Amino acid sequence: MRIIPKKIEGVKFGLLSPDNIRKISEVRVITADTYDEDGYPIEGGLMDPRLGVVDPGLKCKTCGGRVGECPGHFGRIELARSVIHVGYVKQINKIIRACCRKCGRILLPDVEIEEYRTQIKKAKRVGKSELPIIEELLKSAKTPKECPHCGEEQADIKFEKPTSFVEDRNRLSPTDVRERLERIKNEDAEVLGFDLEVARPEWMVLTVLPVPPVTVRPSITLESGERSEDDLTHKLVDILRINQRLLENIEAGAPQLIIEDLWELLQYHITTYFNNEVAGVPPARHRSGRPLKTLTQRLKGKEGRFRSNLSGKRVNFSARTVVSPDPNMSINEVGVPMLIAKELTVPVRVTHNNIEYLKQIVKNGPDKYPGANYVERPDGNRVSLGKVKKIEEVLERIEVGWKVHRHLIDGDVVMFNRQPSLHRMSIMAHEVKVMPYKTFRLNLCVCPPYNADFDGDEMNLHAIQGEEARAEARVLMRVQEQILSPRFGGPIIGGIHDHISGAYLLTKKDTKFTEDEAFQILFISGIDEPLPEPILENGRRYYTGKQLFSLILPKDLNLVYQAKICKKHKVCKKEACESDAYVVIRNGQLLSGVMDEKSFGAFAGELLDRIVKDYGTDEARKFLDRATKLVIEVISRKGFSVGIDDEDIPKEASERIEEIMDRAEAKVQELITAYNEGILERLPGRTIEETLEMRIMQTLSEARDKTGTIANEYLEQESYIKGKDNNSRIMAVSGARGSLLNLTQMSACVGQQAVRGERIMRGYSERTLPHFKRGDRGSKAKGFVKACYKKGLDPLEYFFHAMGGREGLVDTAVRTSQSGYMQRRLINALQDLKVEYDGTVRDTRGVIVEFKHGEDGADPARTDWGRIVNTRKIIKSIVHESIKDESIQDRDGGR
Amino acid sequence: MALTKESIKKTLETLKGDIPDVIISDLEKELLNIKVSKKELDKIIDEIKRRYEYCIVEPGEAVGVVAAQSMGEPSTQMTMRTFHYAGVAELNVTLGLPRIIEIVDARKIPSTPTMTIYLVEEYAKDREKAKEVAKIIETVTTGDVIKKTEIDRIESKITLILDKDEMSRRGITTERVVEKLGSLKVEITWDEDRVHLNPKTEAPSLKEMRRLSNKAKEIYLRGIKGVKRVVMRKEGDEYIIYTEGSSLKDVLKIPGVDITKTKTNDILEIEKVLGIEAARNAIINETLDTLDEQGLRVDVRHLMLIADMMTVDGTVKAIGRHGVSREKASVLARAAFEITVDHLLKAGLKGEIEELSGIVENVIVGRPVRLGTGMVDITMKRNGYK
Repeated sequence: MRIIPKKIEGVKFGLLSPDNIRKISEVRVITADTYDEDGYPIEGGLMDPRLGVVDPGLKCKTCGGRVGECPGHFGRIELARSVIHVGYVKQINKIIRACCRKCGRILLPDVEIEEYRTQIKKAKRVGKSELPIIEELLKSAKTPKECPHCGEEQADIKFEKPTSFVEDRNRLSPTDVRERLERIKNEDAEVLGFDLEVARPEWMVLTVLPVPPVTVRPSITLESGERSEDDLTHKLVDILRINQRLLENIEAGAPQLIIEDLWELLQYHITTYFNNEVAGVPPARHRSGRPLKTLTQRLKGKEGRFRSNLSGKRVNFSARTVVSPDPNMSINEVGVPMLIAKELTVPVRVTHNNIEYLKQIVKNGPDKYPGANYVERPDGNRVSLGKVKKIEEVLERIEVGWKVHRHLIDGDVVMFNRQPSLHRMSIMAHEVKVMPYKTFRLNLCVCPPYNADFDGDEMNLHAIQGEEARAEARVLMRVQEQILSPRFGGPIIGGIHDHISGAYLLTKKDTKFTEDEAFQILFISGIDEPLPEPILENGRRYYTGKQLFSLILPKDLNLVYQAKICKKHKVCKKEACESDAYVVIRNGQLLSGVMDEKSFGAFAGELLDRIVKDYGTDEARKFLDRATKLVIEVISRKGFSVGIDDEDIPKEASERIEEIMDRAEAKVQELITAYNEGILERLPGRTIEETLEMRIMQTLSEARDKTGTIANEYLEQESYIKGKDNNSRIMAVSGARGSLLNLTQMSACVGQQAVRGERIMRGYSERTLPHFKRGDRGSKAKGFVKACYKKGLDPLEYFFHAMGGREGLVDTAVRTSQSGYMQRRLINALQDLKVEYDGTVRDTRGVIVEFKHGEDGADPARTDWGRIVNTRKIIKSIVHESIKDESIQDRDGGR
Repeated sequence: MALTKESIKKTLETLKGDIPDVIISDLEKELLNIKVSKKELDKIIDEIKRRYEYCIVEPGEAVGVVAAQSMGEPSTQMTMRTFHYAGVAELNVTLGLPRIIEIVDARKIPSTPTMTIYLVEEYAKDREKAKEVAKIIETVTTGDVIKKTEIDRIESKITLILDKDEMSRRGITTERVVEKLGSLKVEITWDEDRVHLNPKTEAPSLKEMRRLSNKAKEIYLRGIKGVKRVVMRKEGDEYIIYTEGSSLKDVLKIPGVDITKTKTNDILEIEKVLGIEAARNAIINETLDTLDEQGLRVDVRHLMLIADMMTVDGTVKAIGRHGVSREKASVLARAAFEITVDHLLKAGLKGEIEELSGIVENVIVGRPVRLGTGMVDITMKRNGYK
């Protein structure tokens, strides 16, 4: 019989009245001792067996349940004297100041109280918080010197942290406080914000203390057989001990002073029992000196119950290991190590159709793949196949209706995740591909959404257990469904690094392959489309790279755009572009232009974008799978390596760079002289020093840029004129990896090192290092690195470079924590918003936040870079004649 | 057969209400320049309708979470450098992550308040007139026009030496300085560019003299209080005034200022001066600009939702425990976020009822959340089928 879970309709919060505490308690705890000499719990002690069971095998004396069945039962401690609940002292303070010391009424005339009452009612009706109104009431009721109801003169009450009150130098004992709170009339309490059904003011002062069940504070038996009690038990022992002593002393008629001391001590223990971090109260400590973790500490903070156990929960059927790349898989797949596949299971219900197959699997057992680890009977009882002696016996009993928890097999849908899970693409559904060795394998195209690399990253995998969940994961979370990012409506999954360089090499102007080569490449990358006519040259048949790439494009694709390598010349030469940056695809044929980051790179891929949006995700997946395989095959055949000689520049270039550097330094000196002579012109709103700094920084950065242009010019010449490809440059220009700035730094000049956005200023008085004269403002003295990485930095430059580098590291560390917290807050503030059936965006209260999402009701993930429809594109595709000027398709990212 | 412009317009007119107006006007602009036949036009309209319908958000979509992620995820890639030059080299502006956090926090005063003041036509084109406006705006204190101060211990007097060039540049006269110095309540004598201050007290101590001389440097002469610095720049063919410090209300009163375009980056000030809708737009524009500057692309719709959430109830609320999250209906949701225990204790007094309708609440009790596919329930009539 399956137990139908009870549905929780809601939870009402309230205070426990002393009566209630007594009612729910099974035991009145009186002794501070827990166990007797034989190790049995003492009746009336804190481990009384009526409070529940924690030891396996024993039965609860109250409900008869065993461990796991018995939820535990409360006990109580009858306090010798009342004690204030720390959590409510602030509230008590406000209330006793607002109420008469004699008659307990709020210190305001009835009319005013009624006024507040109607205000509160009104606020509640419109769904506003009544708290500010109550605050105001408490504030205005503080002032009267005389009670408007009984005329009693009011004394000033001072609140002394943490838990005492002083009225005219007389200390109010908790009992006094309680008496006053008792005097407050029900009608007044209501206005003070109490829900009379569940709370009365005087319940904020305790007379009976509930003792939580032992299940809440289980003791651990150490290896030595010694018992180690929970922190709460320790605290309760303290409370009991003092309570007992206080009681004895009161009964013995001890002097007031002693009683008060003990009372104080009881207050201290109960305070720290509730919260061990109250300001002004020394935290109660364990014998070892570690502060005790009491009730508040259990709930609070990141490791507290709420955030660590309630909002986030641990799960079964999950695995974690290192990830490594596999370009031969589909983006939808994940390679799962055999070891993990045998550990994770998926429940399969036995039917007439699969019984034979499942029996075979069960027969294989937990060790032979593909096998099963458990079988589950219809009543929910599980049989572990690893523990049964004879699997055959189990096998015979299996029938329709049972469930077999079988190993993961190829094609199972699982969820794959990499932390930090910053967006929904951090958890995607993949299809399992069981593989040897011990790492998860993933296609390189899915690195960008996970932000994964393979320098030791680990990822998590979750095997889905239910049919409904599996269907949802497959339809909504599959990798191919996530190609378009909801952040900007463009692809987030796409080629990276070598995919881009490979595509560039493949589709470059003069790339061609002999027929043999072409066949091999296509075979390896699994492309079986009909081949176009080869070109004949010297009697041999060749295929161009563009022809090969065209094979994987949809047959009716028309697209024109400028590639990433485009230099943005003023007049575009279009098809005649000498760097082949003008991409034209007509009827699925790549006619001109090279493929680079803008074709199918993650975040930028224009071509990929078109394919997903017009041909659907299946087509896009196919395109990505085939394109990456093709391109990787090409780049492996051609070979692609970078070396230090990639940054070689001719002597003539070095001389020009040297000259520019010299000139820049001279200019800096000029500026400094001008400054020293006081003839430097001040920029508006800046001091003369700031002006000098700004001018110097500007001069030096201009110089660096100039050297960069020169170096790049020569590198470019090298690759074009001499026909020698420069791989480093290809990477930078095609967007595969690195930037022109990186090349500049390697071949020409590293540039100014900065800390806090300024030239390096710190160090000794008036100088950065003892190698300089005091007051030297020259470029070198303030961290300008003239050398390039290839030439090497001198020790001083190296030092400054390290300073700049360190700042970068610190920056990253600070940023991750800050943005993490910001995201947590954002998520928390917005998580309940959803689109209702009427298209409005509302929160759980039903408050309409937006009438239409984003003012037009569009889902950003489905838009075309933020636009609902690209009208021009649609018109173009329908009215062919109108395409006179096949201008570059426009997009403006949603604004 | 090409359609006439009138008939195209007419056909498009009928679409109003089905399709957002922006698309229709876009379409109109495009179509009027080319020849289309009736058949083609119908096809275009069908295709646009299809795409539009495809684009509409599905009910149940967790737009809030997506918006939060879309803003949070790229923020990890932003720079931390607080100061950066934005177009105007002379002014510092907070950008990057610190700026985003500032906006989301709804800070009372941004760390670098700035205004961008546009001028109306006749002022914008005229350098002199623009300069006049700039002069009115910029705060000038005595410290700006004092070249040097001298303290004469023997005669117990302080001499302020005024900077004549600076004074004429800023259009301040010595009389004006003397008049304003009157608030110091000291005896003042002056000749040409020297102003002498004689404390009335007998034999003041050096400390007092110093304090007085410092005080004399901080006296407000003219301009708009709060605007510390003004930079004028020509952009295109018009002059634009950038300021450090912000006081929108006062600036809008100045003749020559284009009140429709002038803006500040102080969101709460915008709320005070122009109202909540303007504040909402300011939040959207400021976040969008900050993200754009970092080269990060985020759809406006996400930012709109965040801005809307911050401004729904008519005041700008911060994202976080003091703003939006404090006003949540659910006790458990508040407790699970921050200040756990306080919320639970307060809930006890008020006898709050937890409806368990939000996300965290359902996660806490271990139920599917009411979002997306979880929004749908299936019920069956008990006796409906046999």
